[in-house]
Amino acid sequence: MKSVGHSIRKVDGIMIATGKPVYTEDLAMSRALVIKIMRSPHAFAKITSIDISRAEKVEGVECILTYKDVPKVRFTLAGQSYPEPSPYDRLILDEIVRYVGDEVAIIAAVDEKTALQAMKKIRVEYEVLEPVLDFEQALGHTTVVHPEENLSCNFDIGLKKENNIASSFKEEVGDVEEEFKRCSVVVEDIYYPQAQAHAMMETYRAFTYLDHTGRLVVVTSTQVPFHIRRQLARALQLPASKVRVVKPRIGGGFGGKQTGSVEMFAGIVTLKTGKPALVIYDRKETFSCTTSRHAMRLKVRVGADREGVIRAIDIQVLSDTGAYGEHAATVLSCVGHYTLPLYNKTRAVRFTGKAVYTNKMPGGAFRGYGATQGTFALESTVNKLAEQLKMDPTEVRLKNISKVGETFLTGQGVLLGSSSLDRCIEKGKEMIGWKDKFPCRKIGNNKVRAVGMAITMQGSGIANIGTASVELRLNDDGYFTLLTGATDMGHGCDTILTQMAAEILEIPMDNIVLVAGDTDTSPYDPGSYASSTTYVAGTAVVKAATELKKKILEQGAKFLGVPPQDVEMDGLKVHTFHGEEISLAKIAELGVLGIGKLQLVSYATHGSEISPPPYVAGFAEVEVDQETGKVELIDYVAVVDCGTVINPNLARIQAEGGIAQGIGMALYEEVNYNDLGKMATNSFMQYKIPCRKDVGKIRIAFEESYEPSGPFGAKSIGEVVANTPPPAIVHAVYNAVGVRVTHLPITPEKVFLGMQKL
Amino acid sequence: MQITLTLNGKLVTWEIEKGEFLADTLRSHGLLSVKKACETSCCGLCTVWLEDKSVLSCTILSVRVHGKRVTTIEGVKREAEEFAQVLTAEGSEQCGFCSPGFIMNVLAMKNELINPSEEDIINYLTGNLCRCTGYMGQLRAVKTYLGVAQV
Repeated sequence: MKSVGHSIRKVDGIMIATGKPVYTEDLAMSRALVIKIMRSPHAFAKITSIDISRAEKVEGVECILTYKDVPKVRFTLAGQSYPEPSPYDRLILDEIVRYVGDEVAIIAAVDEKTALQAMKKIRVEYEVLEPVLDFEQALGHTTVVHPEENLSCNFDIGLKKENNIASSFKEEVGDVEEEFKRCSVVVEDIYYPQAQAHAMMETYRAFTYLDHTGRLVVVTSTQVPFHIRRQLARALQLPASKVRVVKPRIGGGFGGKQTGSVEMFAGIVTLKTGKPALVIYDRKETFSCTTSRHAMRLKVRVGADREGVIRAIDIQVLSDTGAYGEHAATVLSCVGHYTLPLYNKTRAVRFTGKAVYTNKMPGGAFRGYGATQGTFALESTVNKLAEQLKMDPTEVRLKNISKVGETFLTGQGVLLGSSSLDRCIEKGKEMIGWKDKFPCRKIGNNKVRAVGMAITMQGSGIANIGTASVELRLNDDGYFTLLTGATDMGHGCDTILTQMAAEILEIPMDNIVLVAGDTDTSPYDPGSYASSTTYVAGTAVVKAATELKKKILEQGAKFLGVPPQDVEMDGLKVHTFHGEEISLAKIAELGVLGIGKLQLVSYATHGSEISPPPYVAGFAEVEVDQETGKVELIDYVAVVDCGTVINPNLARIQAEGGIAQGIGMALYEEVNYNDLGKMATNSFMQYKIPCRKDVGKIRIAFEESYEPSGPFGAKSIGEVVANTPPPAIVHAVYNAVGVRVTHLPITPEKVFLGMQKL
Repeated sequence: MQITLTLNGKLVTWEIEKGEFLADTLRSHGLLSVKKACETSCCGLCTVWLEDKSVLSCTILSVRVHGKRVTTIEGVKREAEEFAQVLTAEGSEQCGFCSPGFIMNVLAMKNELINPSEEDIINYLTGNLCRCTGYMGQLRAVKTYLGVAQV
């Protein structure tokens, strides 16, 4: 293959690396109104009066909006396919504010200084209410976070607002309690994966204006342009045809930008004033007024027979969805979806969960989407099981993992199409030096080195829901345009999709121009999330390119005066077996401009009935200082099965970056609140993401499998890579000093205090 | 107030407000490679050179560069692109938002350190945060660029 399988540079790489103006803020008109948001100082309160009269008089203030000025139709900011499973529980501005930082007023002025000056002159009186800050107290709390009557759901997600339950979920196959009774070994524990901030480098921002026909144009840093269009249409009560969403280059998303944030504020200002408007969240707002990974409590029980075969798994989850229910139901159910199928020798499994409202910043989509929390809890428990069984934890995995051609209890009969997880485990053991290093060795100076491991899976797209369309066209000069709605947020899907099209069409990548991220011109795509793009949009590209190639051959044969079966495509020409040839440029010219009267276009929509899992086996080596409890990560090995690797270097960077975010979650990062519900970790000074000294050495290897349903045999890679570090590092720390950390992150204090109790 | 500085080799005189920071002044004059991401001077995205040394332009008052030499990535096109070729060959620009500041610091390091070790490189660049790549690909690119052996 000439394009697929090669480490090709990103098509936008040089331009973005050298700072060309291609991001949202760079594209905004210089005279756009600047928007600032006035926010609630209280975790839960009702606005009893709001006086904007003094603020409106400030020179340069263009408009100030309060809850009285916005449509009264509730919506969700979750970027999900319609009908969204997230509750319609928010307004653009509400009379009730539900967390510290919830929006109270929108101020638009000629510049930032004026907007901030006006904000100081707004007088708000609140009736302060008792907030629910501890998610374990939310059920049955006297405070109801969402008392409003007009909250609604598209379908039943188990929402009981009077009990602060945003969603509940239950899945059970077999009789779990009976099965546990038959098990020789049953282990259990309770885990608390923390809220984690996305901390993408480009904060949330959008720029809006009215076009020449009066339609609202929204240029925004989003992963989900089509969902933003639908969301805005509902929030602003406009027909979707009156909204155009454009996604330029994006400075990182990690799921954060799968949830709407600033678009509605800029949109309503432009609609009210008719003027261009720009809103940029600062880092503090990005930390404290958007979304984070859902904090959870997971109670896990795993039972096995004497030989170490896992027979029963029970997972009970409580998820903190915060003030609004964005992604509450789906992140919750994904905890089970992406963990239970790992081990399929089970005879009974049960997964129950509730997501509860609290008066804190909402949870949302974050790379891993429930699998991260679930993997931490399940894999930590399986490591504990291995110890009880006196077996090597890698052997327990090899004995229990699902194999190709097999099903699993909750899988509704779907056969596993591809897996090299067994090879991933073997390879990882070899790379980390498991045989010599497991479990630990003292290295003097009161320091111990130890290794730990975990495995994980994710999906590739959302079965029967995620669909992607692409259009491919041969232009008059013989080059191609590939139109897609897939959303490159830096991870490189523009390049991956171009590689696939070039491979099928047998042409150089340079001959393809990819156009994406504009709801006016792109065919529909849900956007970049759920590890979809390579697998779902990629297959749509393969289909469209295959069809276009057929059309080119037919057209070429016609111009050459031979039947289609007598020609082949080769580079940039169609030729017969006897040497007559016609260039693509000529075919295009004759078709578009001249005698052919037919511009060659192909179109494909693809959705998959299955969501084949990619896998990772992760291995950590740590050094723990027994005097201080300090954990240093020495080495992290991740061996990845993402099916066929379409672009090795881009896949490697995805993996290294995902592992680094997982390392952050394991060792450093935690969203924290004070006693009044105000976020304490709202800057990089208080919220630590790993810097280059904190990640040790990250080493990635690929063990390719071939996924029959994927493009060129590919599966996904974007999310699965984030999941193994918390359980693998926790395991390594336990092997070093005997302290089993169940509340992330693993801080020196927890390790030190844990050692005192041994 | 007015300041005069040498920006990317050319003398310019700009009208600025009191209390304005260099990153904002540069952006408002079309130097859009300069990105901001933290407001607490700890992410490194806004790195430019002041008198050929890396500084965080988000916390330098613009008035302080009066009479001085300021260089952004727009002023070192050839060198920046040379390194960007290596960086993108690794795929380690990813979203690209932190790249201009990172590249400015890599070029400053190249001018300052002779034959740096891996540890020297990591130390020098540690103030440049990146949330996408996990830093490994950046390190490979820097080593290739400097001709330091990969371990």
